[in-house]
This record gives sequence, structure tokens and C-alpha cells, in this order.
Amino acid sequence: MEKMSRVTTALSSNSITGRTMFCHLDAPANAISVCRDATQVVVAGRNIFKIYTLEEEQFVEKLNLRVGRKPSLNFSCADVMWHQMEENLLATAATNGAVVTWNLGKPSRNKQDQLFTEHKRTVNKVCFHPTEVYMLLSGSQDGFMKCFDLRKKESVSTFSGQSESVRDVQFSMKDYFTFAASFENGNVQLWDIRRPDRYERMFTAHTGPVFCCDWHPDDRGWLATGGRDKMVKVWDMTTNRPKEIYCVQTIASVARVKWRPEKKFHLATCSMMVDHNIYVWDVRRPFIPFATFEEHKDVTTGIVWRHQHDPHFLLSGSKDSTLYQHMFKDATRPVDKANPEGLCFGLFGDLAFAAKESLISSDTNRKPYPGGDRRYPIFFFKKPDPTEQFAHVSSALSVFETDLDSNRMDWFVKTAQLYLLSGKPFAELCDHNAKVAQELKRPQVSTTWTMLRIMFSDPANLTAPGLNHNLSKLGPMPLMNSFSIKEIGPGVGTESRLERSKGESRQDNIHLDPGNSHISNNEENEETEGSEGQAEYMFIDAELDDDDLYSMEHDNQAEEQEYTLPQEAFQLRHEIIDNPSAPEHLQQDKADSPHVSGNEAEVTCLTPIESFSLISISQPLYNPHLPASFFCPIVREMLSYYAEQGDVQMAVSVLIVLGERIRKEIDDLTQEHWYMSYIDLLQRFELWNVSNEVIKLSTCSAITCLNQASTTLHINCSNCKRPMSNKGWICDRCHQCASICAVCHHVVKGLFVWCQGCSHGGHLEHIMNWLKSSAHCPAGCGHQCEYT
Amino acid sequence: MEVQDQESVGRWDGLGSRDASSRSEAMDNICQEVMRKVEVIGPILSSAPSSPALGGPPNSDLNDTLAHLLMLSKRCPFEDVRERCIRLLRAVQDLGIRIPRPLGNGPSRFIPEKEILQVSKVDTRTQSIFEDAFAALGRLDNISLVMGFHPQYLESFLRTQHYLLQMDGPLPLHYRHYIGIMAAARHQCSYLVNLHVNDFLQVGGDLKWLNGLDEAPRKLQQLGELNKILAHRPWLLTKEHMERLLKAEEHSWSLAELIHAVVLLTHYHSLASFTFGCGITPEIHCDGGHTFRPPSLSQYCVCDIANGNGHANHHDDVFGNQDVCGEVEVLMERMRHLQECRDDEEASQEEMATRFEREKTESMLVVTAEDEECVPSRDISRHFEDPSYGYKDFSRRGEHVPTFRAQDYSWEDHGFSLVNRLYPDVGQMLDEKFQMAYNLTYNTMATHKDVDTSMLRRAIWNYIHCMFGIRYDDYDYGEINQLLDRSFKIYIKTMVCSPEKTTKRMYESFWRQFQHSEKVHVNLLLMEARMQAELLYALRAITRYMT
Repeated sequence: MEKMSRVTTALSSNSITGRTMFCHLDAPANAISVCRDATQVVVAGRNIFKIYTLEEEQFVEKLNLRVGRKPSLNFSCADVMWHQMEENLLATAATNGAVVTWNLGKPSRNKQDQLFTEHKRTVNKVCFHPTEVYMLLSGSQDGFMKCFDLRKKESVSTFSGQSESVRDVQFSMKDYFTFAASFENGNVQLWDIRRPDRYERMFTAHTGPVFCCDWHPDDRGWLATGGRDKMVKVWDMTTNRPKEIYCVQTIASVARVKWRPEKKFHLATCSMMVDHNIYVWDVRRPFIPFATFEEHKDVTTGIVWRHQHDPHFLLSGSKDSTLYQHMFKDATRPVDKANPEGLCFGLFGDLAFAAKESLISSDTNRKPYPGGDRRYPIFFFKKPDPTEQFAHVSSALSVFETDLDSNRMDWFVKTAQLYLLSGKPFAELCDHNAKVAQELKRPQVSTTWTMLRIMFSDPANLTAPGLNHNLSKLGPMPLMNSFSIKEIGPGVGTESRLERSKGESRQDNIHLDPGNSHISNNEENEETEGSEGQAEYMFIDAELDDDDLYSMEHDNQAEEQEYTLPQEAFQLRHEIIDNPSAPEHLQQDKADSPHVSGNEAEVTCLTPIESFSLISISQPLYNPHLPASFFCPIVREMLSYYAEQGDVQMAVSVLIVLGERIRKEIDDLTQEHWYMSYIDLLQRFELWNVSNEVIKLSTCSAITCLNQASTTLHINCSNCKRPMSNKGWICDRCHQCASICAVCHHVVKGLFVWCQGCSHGGHLEHIMNWLKSSAHCPAGCGHQCEYT
Repeated sequence: MEVQDQESVGRWDGLGSRDASSRSEAMDNICQEVMRKVEVIGPILSSAPSSPALGGPPNSDLNDTLAHLLMLSKRCPFEDVRERCIRLLRAVQDLGIRIPRPLGNGPSRFIPEKEILQVSKVDTRTQSIFEDAFAALGRLDNISLVMGFHPQYLESFLRTQHYLLQMDGPLPLHYRHYIGIMAAARHQCSYLVNLHVNDFLQVGGDLKWLNGLDEAPRKLQQLGELNKILAHRPWLLTKEHMERLLKAEEHSWSLAELIHAVVLLTHYHSLASFTFGCGITPEIHCDGGHTFRPPSLSQYCVCDIANGNGHANHHDDVFGNQDVCGEVEVLMERMRHLQECRDDEEASQEEMATRFEREKTESMLVVTAEDEECVPSRDISRHFEDPSYGYKDFSRRGEHVPTFRAQDYSWEDHGFSLVNRLYPDVGQMLDEKFQMAYNLTYNTMATHKDVDTSMLRRAIWNYIHCMFGIRYDDYDYGEINQLLDRSFKIYIKTMVCSPEKTTKRMYESFWRQFQHSEKVHVNLLLMEARMQAELLYALRAITRYMT
């Protein structure tokens, strides 16, 4: 019999054609089913029960089975099934607990054939025997499964699921007597139709209800189950204990699962809530759906493959009151949209990169990375299955090892810790930061700071002497002096270009160098390169100042000089007011004075204390400084450059130090972005203090408010162990000071560390020392505190 | 009062420990503290012994402490703590200080104290549940005590409540308690409101918010509308309501927060039902739970008779028992009949539909006692707006709201998935709680054993859902009429729809032969059924918003 059915169905399979199409139903569908020859589909729901014929271009309503003026609840269907042997026979499961069969061959309008009202609760599922004409199985909420012989008025056998609601029943395609039932408590039971007293085997398939199950059409032992726990599992039932062989994790509870005909590893699923799509999975590739149908606008309630032997047509009904025929070729393939490359950092900074081989090979034609390419192809993965329609993809996995030293971000941490961002006059901040950068062997950054100081120091400012001093001290000075002023803009431009080129090689070193000798060479090169550049300027500079460029003494001098300054500053301020048209003036002047020494003198003249005895020109003649705003575009460009190079630290530090001088020039969003990146970095390096300082100093409201969030520190009183109320350190319950050091019994001022377990704590050093020698709380409460 | 109360709670923490020595240490501290206070206050009292200002400022702190001690002496699950509290109270009394005594006997006004589990005499399982609850909250509230009849359920209930209020969740702690206050206040449940006002302040809530919803953040104010509809006419909830809360603006809610809030609201609405349904009395250490007045004769009569613990009432019970003898048997007979005759009389579909309609309409006719209406005290009504908004019968002539079909949106299939998606683990806990309540049975009815009560439980559950307009296709609503008599229906309807009107008489007039534990069981059913009904409507609205 089995064989025969196979033959008959196979015969008619050639003729199916069609396209993706849909029709509107009058009401949401709960279930659909197709007749054997795949020409008609029945749609059933609470308020709908219709048969449509599938034509080439459209659905055509053929028959409305819902008759009568006020149809009874027997028409309210939870499930429907078309007999696969008998073309005129349909069965429905009604929400009121009735099982109804319909005979389309009846001449009357009402096609209702038999009515079984044996179930006490909603019937969730009906299932015809695949080969036996008169055998119908039902599963109900009341926990019973009943087998009906359609020639009789009532059920022939009842199977009890021990008061657990039955969600699905399915006859095995291959074993004549076997059926599977899935339950609301997560179990799946296998029954022999001849033995109603006891199930053959039972196993727990899911946590929570198992909404559906489906036998594999070809493989005797495979059963797919889908549950509320968002999983689809494939079980091998041939073994002693059912073995889970595949598991697909979906994003929502699985309402239906149907094996795809002729494709051994494919199954289609739809979900019960939230997700409206239909997915076709290859169970061997459980992470990404093989194909997706995204047409429905509400949850899909019924899916069925149009023909038992044709994998290209899928029918679906939905709560959005539509019936769809999906062509498989029209499905979206999420795989195509998936990122074909994977990238991941290892714990110690190793970088793994996987990509299609073709992509990689084209890649290798490029020049290897400057730091020395250390790509190791680890393995090639070839999909072995020749039957699959997946493109044979071999991916290459490359691992870039990084030497810990070269990749170290020490410079970042040091810089973050040492930079001064506020609390001193602008020029001093710049100097300080320049020095920090220099000490960390980052000459271009150092130079940048110095440049900034020159550009933005207001001559009228009290910090002028520092400025002057530094002018003479550091490299960039000659830039101003040696070139005519007209070239200043471009001059700075070339400087920054130089930086850029240097920065690039440096970046490479930082991120990609494997840290072998090659790097160090490279680094040396770079350094010499840098110093060469520096030397060029210094060459000119040296005339003026023989001091060691970065000596400490010089700094001291700067400070000393500062004290003597005020009177000068006042004068200067007046000058500025007197010379509103300073730029042109200056330009002319500068242009007029081609001599470096002359220029230098002009500048140094501002600070007579400076002991240069070069030509003195009466200073009030002109203002040697350009207004700060003149440099803004350049600085802006420079900041963006740094940020893009990944040195967001520099960008943010400059932004903070310059403050009002530059802030207007850069749009808020960019600033915010920089701040966020920098803060994020700082926090990765656990530089909490610095990060906090940055947040505090930032001027973006979005950033400063970071500090306002979760500022409450919940602490317990060390005395009474109850949560402290809002203010102060005095517990308002026991009226004791809660911040008493448990070691020295003095009130702690400053850093207070306490145990979150027992609320006791004290001076940081005291506690640290104590816990070195003892594992228990110094307060003697017996708690085992831990200092980490 | 509230602030001071919170203050005094501070010292009690150590008592919740399972370790006897740390308990005794904590108790030592308390003793010292109390004695110190007594010394301070002692002279004042002795100089003016007749001072009526018992709750006056100088010794109110002490009084709170004493009240708390009194509570502990009665309610603490640890024997040693109870004993020492009693001793301490005696010692204080011996010093000439007035000590409080509990007002009303036992945790419930409806159930005689001796029926309810004594904290001293419980099996180990219940004991351990009580201890957990005590450790978590520093108290064992009357609700838990009454639920102690059904320890399995209690465990599930406490776990859920603890998770909702204290564990990971999208809402900050004080929001959760405030939402609890809002929900309980909707039903004028002063018991729950007081309880959560304390907790709210404990977790650092702003005292100002308690002046009324107007003082609370805008975000919570917006929840007021949802609270109102959900409490009284959940079937009117639409996706627009959700949209309003979720639309992106400054005070908007996220989906996860909304789910949390909805679960809290429904939890407290239904808990308010339970509180009234079982006549839960104020906590001993809270306002109205104790008095410092010496027991005078007249007072004794008034309060104890009103609380149903007097002797006269007892006689009444005996008399009543004779009167309704056989009620249980009749009910059982009917159940048996229904079971057997199910197949014989096959009601037509139209008939079934009408039966639901009839039950629905009839539930409207079950008039709750209007005359016994209690005026909402100002204290509580400030936590919600629009106090006139109350339960309106589901299907009134004129306005037609489509019936909610349980098969189309059920907790198991849909609600659970949504909740668990947005507020992980809670779906699971609620699911367990619902199942626990629905399936709980001891196979007994009054004095009869081995009775299958599933039919009765289902009738009660479905009747409540029917009142909220939820219909089960597979249920014959004729059964309800057979199984639930009128007085029971009145009780159910009052408790579910306007719980604040529940009276002792209602409680007593249904199922007179049944035991109190069974009535509490019924209450649990009502509570959970109501919660599920509200949740279903709210979740359906959210689902519709999402699709």
C-alpha cells in the first residue's frame, strides 16, 4: 500500500508550475493543508473554512465550507488536514473540542460528514493515517489522543498522555503502527496504535511546550520537534535512547515544522509570536537560515509544502489573512547577505581573520603590511558534501600574531596618566604635554603641542614668557622665523603632512608589527627620520639657542621667568587693543624682515628677561602674533587627522587644553564621538581617574552627563549594617560615623575602602596591609574580606 | 511615622540569619538599644504616667521599636527570637513602660487565628519557606502566613514576588515599589500601600512622590492610565495605549520596562484582591496593627467580635453548619452528574454560545453590595487619578467589545513567549505560578476525601475569565451555573471586580461547610485567574503594537 501511494503521488509531480502569489482571505488562518495532487489547498481558521484551487497565476476560491447563517463553533478550526489518499476527505479540529470530518463528495451545501465530540477541551491537531483511508488521529488539550475509524460513530481507542495537553500528533511515514505525540510539558511520546494502554517510549525534548513535530518523509528514524524554547531539534529514533542529532536555534517559539521534500537536511519553520517569517533551515548549518520567506505581515500559522515530492513550492497561511504560495527561487537567502569575513581579537591581541579564499588570494597580491606580514594560513575548510547546493566555499583562516611588546599600549597609558589637561595656564599645559610626548619618544606629538602653544598663546596673557621661552627652545619656532609669513599656512600644512607620513608608519608599527627585529629597525629608522626632520629646524634654531632642547633646566628657567612678567603683560595687552588689524600688519612686517635673527629678536623682545642680545627693535611697532582664530582651520584639520589615525587621545587632549579656542570650530557630534572613543579606551585600560577627569573637563553636555549617571553609592553602615541613607557618613540610625577605619579606629578622610560583604573598611593602606596578613575582616566580624 | 519606621527597621537585619549565634548577637544589640532608650524615656513617663500622648514624639521611636518587637514575638519564624522578644517586652513592661498589644487577632479578619498556621507549629518545608521570606524582607507578612495553608504555592509566589521586586530587571527598585503602590492604591488596599511605602523609602525612594502621582516623575504618571484601565476594564486596552507609552520621547518606556511594569501592576491588582478576599489585617508593626491602650472590656468586645474571633461567633458557626448541612454533598453530586451526563445531553452550538452570553450577563446582575461602600481614604487615593473609574460590566448594552477568544491568544502559547522574550525568567516563574494555582488540589472537599476537583477549579477559573470577557470555546458555561451558587458568585465577583467591598459576611456566606484552607485556596485561584486575565489583555495589546 505504501508503495502504491508513492507511485501515484510521484506520477503527478511533474505538472506543477506557478509563481509566488497570494490572495486575501476574509479572516486569519489557523492552518492549511493541500490535497494529494497539489491542485487545491484548504484554509481553516476561527472564521474561515475555504478551499482554493491553485492555478498558474492565482488562487481561485473554489468552495466555502463554512455554511449556515450563524456557523457553530464546530467550524472554528484549530487544525485541518486533507487526506492524502482520499481526495474528498478532510478533517478539522475545532476549538470547542469537536473533531469533524468533511466529505466533499456530498451533494448538499453542508459537507459535514462525521462529528466526534469526545474530547473535553480544544483539539489541537488531527492527523490522517498516511496510507490507511479510515484512520484518523486527534490530540487535544485535555491530554487525550483518540484514534477514530471513520466507518464507526466513535473512537476506537484512546491514548492518555497523563493529563498533559497534547500539542501535535503525527503518524510515522514509514512505520505503519507508530505515531508521535508532543506535549505541553516538553515531552514527546511514541505510541503503537495497537496498544492504547501505554506509550512505547517517552523522552523530554524541550523545556516548555513542544508545539510541533514532523517525521522525516524518507528517513525512518528522524523526528523533528519544535518548541516554545525557540529550538528545533532533530531526533534519531532508531537508537535505544532517542538521540538529538541536530539542533537549530531560532529567534522565537517554533509553531510549525515541516521537512522539505526531496531534501534530506532541509526543514521549514514558522514561529508563533513576534517573528513573521518562514525559514528553511539546513539542519547541518543551524546558525543561519538557508532561505527565508518574508512576505507575511503577521505571524504565520500554517505552512505546507505543496507537493510531497516537489521542494520548490511552499504554501503558507497567516494571521494577516493572506494565503501565499512561495516559490523557492524567490526566497531571500540570508547567507548571501551575511558577512563573508570574520575577524576576532584573541585574548593577547592576536588577530584571527577568516575569509573566502578568493578574497584572500587577491589580497595577497597587495604589498605585505609594512610591519612584516605574519599571516599563517591555519587550515582550509572544504565542505565535503557534493549533493549540496551550497557553493563550495573554502575559507582561509589567518592568524596575525602580535608580539606583546610591540602591541603594548604603554605609551597610551603613560600619556593618559602624565598629560595635564587643566589646572595650569595654557602654555604650561602645552609645554608639559609636549615634554611628556617627547619622553615617550613621540616627537611629532610633542611638536604638535609646541606648535599649538605658539599658535594660541595670547601675547597679552600672563603666560607669554613661557611662550617665548619655549619658542626659543623648541623646533617649530624656526618655521615661523625662517619662512616668510605668507608661507605660514602652507608651512604648517607641510609640517602636518610630514607628521602624517610619519604617523602612518608609526601606526603600522603599533598595530601590526610582530615585534621582531624588523620592527625595531623600522622604529629606529623612523626615529632617525624624525630627528632628521627635527634637526633641519634645529639647524636654524641652534643659532639662537644652544640649550638642550628638552632639558629640565630650561623648564625651570621658564618658571623663574614667569615671576617677573606681569608688567610686561599689561603693556602688551594694550598693544593688542591698539592694533586690531594685526594680521595684515604683521604680515607686512614679517615680509619686510627677511632675517631670521630679526624675527627672533622681535619675538624675544617681548620678554626682555630672555638673555638674547640680538638686535633690539622697539617692540610697540607691531604685534608679532597672529590671532588665534587664524590657525583654527589648521588645528581642526590636525585634530581630525589624529583622530582618524586612531590617536583619539591626542585629539581629545588638545580639544580640552585648547578649550574655547577651538571648540566652536568642530561640530559637537564629532567632539562627542571623540570623547566617547577616548573615554571608552581609558576605561578599557582601567584608567578610571583619567577617564573621569576627561568627562569632567569635556564641554559636550552628552559627555558631562555621563558623570551624573549612577552617582549613588549604596553603602551600609559599618555599625548597624543597614543601608546608609542619603547624606553624609553619619548613620542616621545608630548615629555613629560609618567611615571609621577598622584598623586604626580613626575617621577616614580621603580614600576609603570597604568590604561589600560586611561593610567594614578603612584607610586604603591600612586595609591593604591588614589583608596581607589576615584573611578576615579587621573589625573582627568574622567575614572573610578580600582585597582585589 | 513612615520614616521613623524605616529607621527602626535598621537594626533588625541580623535576626534573619539562619545562624543561631548571629541571631542571638543581633538580639543582644537590640536589647541594649531598647534598654538605653527606655532609660532615656523612663523619667518622662513616670513623671506623667497619665500622659495620653502615647505616640508623642519623645518616645515614638521607642514605641516603634516595641511594636516591631511585638511583631517579631508573634511572627518571627525563629523560636529563639520570638522568646527573647517576649522576654524583652516583659522586661520593658516591668520597668513601667507601656507595651503594645496586637489589634485584632491573627493575620486575617475572616479566619480565626487558631485556624491559621502558627509560626511555631509548621512542618519543615513551610518553616524553611518562612525563614527564607523572613531573611529576604525582615518580616513575615500576613499574606504569607495566610498563604501558608498552601506551602507549594507560597514558595512559587514568594519566589516570583522576590524576583519582581528585588532581582535583575529593567526598572529601578524604587520604581517597582512605587508601581506596586499605584496598583494597590487603585483598589484602595491600604495594607499593601503601607507595606510598600516602607519598602519604597527603604530602597531610597523620594518621599515627595508619596504625596501623590503628581509629584512622581512624568514617566510614572503616564502609567496611571494603564493602571486604571488594567485594574477595572482591561478589555478596553488597545495598542494605542501602548503606543502612547512607548513612543520615543523623553519620558517614554522601553518595551522591557513596560512588560515589567505590566507584570507588577497585574501582580498587585490581584494581590489586592487576595488581601481583601482573605481579610488580611494590618501588619502588627504597621499603623493600625497594634495599640498601646490597655485592653478595656468594652474594647475587647468590639474589636474581637468584629474580627470574628469572639465566642458568640463560634456558636454561630455551629448553628450555621447545621443549617447548610449537605451543601457539599449537593455540590459533589452535581459534579458527578456533570461528569457522567456530559455525553448524554449534547448541547447545540448555539446553546453553548448563549450559555456564555448568559453567564456573562448574569455576572452583571450579581450586584456587589453598594451600600457597604467604603470611602477611599485620602491617604491612598492620592496615588492614583480618577477615583470614580471602576469596574464596569464587560458587556453592557450599547457598547460592544469583541469577546476575547482564549484560543487565539493564550498565556501558554503567546503570553509566555512575549514576557520571556522581554523580561527573561519571569515568564517561566509566572507560568509555574499559574500552573501551580490551577493544578493545586488535595483531592478533598470539606470533609470528603478523594474528590476530583478539577471541574470545580476550572469552573471558577473560567468564570473569572468570563467576567473579563475571555471565552473558552471548549467550555460549557452551563457548568458554572451548576457548580457555583449565588453567594459564591457574589463573593467572586466582588473580590475580583471591586475587592475593597468584600465583607466578612460575603466570605462567610459561601461554602459554609468548607474549611478555611479551602477558601484560601479559592482565593488563590481567583487571584491568579484575575492576574492572567489582565496580563492577557495587556500582552495582547503589546503584541498588536509590535506587529
